[in-house]
Amino acid sequence: MLPTASLTSHDWSLHRKGPIDQARHNERVKDAIRGNLGEIVGEEAIITSDGDKIVKVPIRSLDLPRFRFDENRKDQVGQGEGDSKVGDVLGEASSDRAPGQGKRAGELPGIDYYEAEITVDELAALVFEDLRLPFLQPKGRALVPSEDVRFTEVRRRGVMSNLDKRRTIKENLLRNARSGLGGYGGITTDDLRFKTWETHVKEESNAVVIAMRDVSGSMGEFEKYITRSFYFWMVRFLRTRYKQVEIVFLTHHTDAREVDEETFFNLGESGGTKVSSAYQLALNIAEEKYPTADWNIYPFHFSDGDNWGEVDNQRCLDLVRQLLERSSAFGYGEIQEGGRRSPSTLMATFVGIEDPRFIGVTITGKDDVYPALQKFFSAHDTPSEAAAR
Amino acid sequence: MSATEVQQLESRMAEIHALAVGFGLDPYAVHFELVPATMMYEFGAYGIPGRFSHWTHGRAYQQIKTMYDYGLSKIYELVINTDPAYAFLLENNSVLQNSLVAAHVLAHVDFFKKNIYFGRTNRGMLETVSIHAERMRRYEFEHGRETVEGLLDAVLSIQEHVESPPVASRAERAPDPRDPTPARPENVHRVGPYDDLVYIGATSRPEAPPPETRFPAEPEKDLLRFLADHAPDLEDWERDVILMVRAEQRYFAPQMQTKIMNEGWASYWHLRIMRELDLPEQDYLEFARLHSGVLAPGGRGINPYYVGLKIFEDIERRWDEPPTEGEDDHVTPRPGMSRGRAKVFEVRELDDDSSFLRNYLTEELVKDLDLYVYRREHDRWVVAEKNWEIVRDSILASMTNFGQPYIIVQDGDYRGSRELYLKHCFEGHELDLEYGEKTLRFVRRLWGRPVHLETVRDGDRTVLSCADIALRTQVSGG
Repeated sequence: MLPTASLTSHDWSLHRKGPIDQARHNERVKDAIRGNLGEIVGEEAIITSDGDKIVKVPIRSLDLPRFRFDENRKDQVGQGEGDSKVGDVLGEASSDRAPGQGKRAGELPGIDYYEAEITVDELAALVFEDLRLPFLQPKGRALVPSEDVRFTEVRRRGVMSNLDKRRTIKENLLRNARSGLGGYGGITTDDLRFKTWETHVKEESNAVVIAMRDVSGSMGEFEKYITRSFYFWMVRFLRTRYKQVEIVFLTHHTDAREVDEETFFNLGESGGTKVSSAYQLALNIAEEKYPTADWNIYPFHFSDGDNWGEVDNQRCLDLVRQLLERSSAFGYGEIQEGGRRSPSTLMATFVGIEDPRFIGVTITGKDDVYPALQKFFSAHDTPSEAAAR
Repeated sequence: MSATEVQQLESRMAEIHALAVGFGLDPYAVHFELVPATMMYEFGAYGIPGRFSHWTHGRAYQQIKTMYDYGLSKIYELVINTDPAYAFLLENNSVLQNSLVAAHVLAHVDFFKKNIYFGRTNRGMLETVSIHAERMRRYEFEHGRETVEGLLDAVLSIQEHVESPPVASRAERAPDPRDPTPARPENVHRVGPYDDLVYIGATSRPEAPPPETRFPAEPEKDLLRFLADHAPDLEDWERDVILMVRAEQRYFAPQMQTKIMNEGWASYWHLRIMRELDLPEQDYLEFARLHSGVLAPGGRGINPYYVGLKIFEDIERRWDEPPTEGEDDHVTPRPGMSRGRAKVFEVRELDDDSSFLRNYLTEELVKDLDLYVYRREHDRWVVAEKNWEIVRDSILASMTNFGQPYIIVQDGDYRGSRELYLKHCFEGHELDLEYGEKTLRFVRRLWGRPVHLETVRDGDRTVLSCADIALRTQVSGG
């Protein structure tokens, strides 16, 4: 019988079509993430994870849409293992991640939004793409003078280990040619060429960020979350981008104290609020440890703006002005969930500050964290509309 | 696989082929190719090797690869409906695994060759997709990658909306390898080349017949063809891209339409063929383990291998029993076969999944297979129905039009300004409006003028409209 089966085997190792289209898909994923950063930066799952951990980021724009049925309004057929009964619960249907953002179907019959997998580091790189420390000045001596050796010159004398063989041979050929002999040979001391180097000392811009966090009783879950989220990204950003940035962590209610990083991120206390205590402490630390000649100083403060009273507000205003004299910029973030509270807050007090180096931001929702990062860490060539909101 | 193993597999495959033919299967010749896992995921992602580039293929590739890398799922085999057929086996599988796959593949190829829904498929598709890919690459050079990708995004979002190839008549079922691509229907009123001469001297020529009151004259189901033929502003290469996608979609349609039958048929035969082989006990155990792995009801969907196999076996059992008075159970006898066996061969030739389930999914099977209807109740998915007729009807409903909403072109000259009016033929299931709006924007991109889609929401007629690509879609009741 003629038609049978044949078996062959080829070398497929050079075949690359799948990986090429995969790369294109990954590009689109990154574009989609860039377009959704506002939403993604506020995700809780991200700020609680390590750098190399893969997080799932919902990107809704990447699925190719098509005409399809609404799975939530449609019966479907399934198969059990022999013992299913009417009324059996097969699974949770609620995977709504952002209520009020349109319908999202459950996780069971299909995936409504496409989930891209990306490491926190990759994500951070996208978030930080355009961020920088504002008003940064080259200051003082480098803490670790980073020396850079560059071979920049060629000389006739030097150490044999730095002999530039190519140039030496060239010289030899030239000399032979000039003498009419031509060719290569008979290298003399005159032919020798040596590479020499210079040391470059790169000037570092030393910077210290004084991160202040309101831990008073009026800071609810949302306020705490936003503060942590913002500082998470800020710390990560500073450590990724700058070698020489120090971060000082302060918490305050009616009293302020310096804490370590872990305490800073986890602390929840109660009590009243006296913001001036934090600013005073920041000022003391700046004066003692970080002379302005050597340091760019960046105080940042997050609060719900609910301060002890008008007297303390005025004291804060005064301290902010003093801090600004020593600092490159001062960042203040006021968290008002849903933007519902009255304007009789700290922000209202700061409205009068006209120095563009005072950067005030009001945060009313999770999606505002990313714009806040952008506002604090952008070039700031133009005077900021400080506390205008 | 080592050289010895390849030799072993080759001789095993000859044996399997002889057994298959002895059982009455009639496959095309099959070229088996041993490939590394990476190639298997790639072919799985593209459906057929050498297809055009698109990021959705890249995404599928990544998903399949991830599933494989994590050991969650593995593609054992990929077979292509061509003449001769091509099948790909994993090179690092054991001889036994690949023997099972070869038996499975031969039954698939028999199905491709014999089932009437495949009668008009292009058996030279492997070359066709390469030619398409080449052409699309050329368009990328000429018009830019982004442009072609943008167009493909739009076309692929509605690729399901084509007319399936008609079932071949018996006469046509003789192998005709090349796809008789339907000619583009002429919609323009044709004026004969000599009409001018005929009417010389006449004071007035007969007017062209009045334009048809409806355009298209009949509602058109083939959205891709309609756009390729009638979208006012598309360039020729864009129309070509639409038609290429359409041709490939139509090639895959019968496979989607017979998924349960095709996998059931292949499982039915790999089981019977493997049983005939003289296997050492150890191999037999491995075979049993593999077979039960393939058939395990997995997740909450239906396992087509399992359901298909059980129905075929049930048909054979029932038709082997003496016929009951009055029952319509005629079957054309086949030489050397029992009634039951002849019946399953007949079913594999004449049915698709819809008729297969409608005719042969019995009350007992629904119970044995533990099929149920489930739906969303508040925040949970709950088993809602176990009544066999309701279950069967739900499956059938979910298969209508490949489980896609049935959408037709109602009017290609809506409001007299060449706007496009689509209609979702509502059969009780509502559209996902969010996706509907987004898809409509793609249709807008292709049609070049405002587009509308009529559907039903909460019992009321609703029209989605997209006037401009940049604008959000408007929803209006009425």
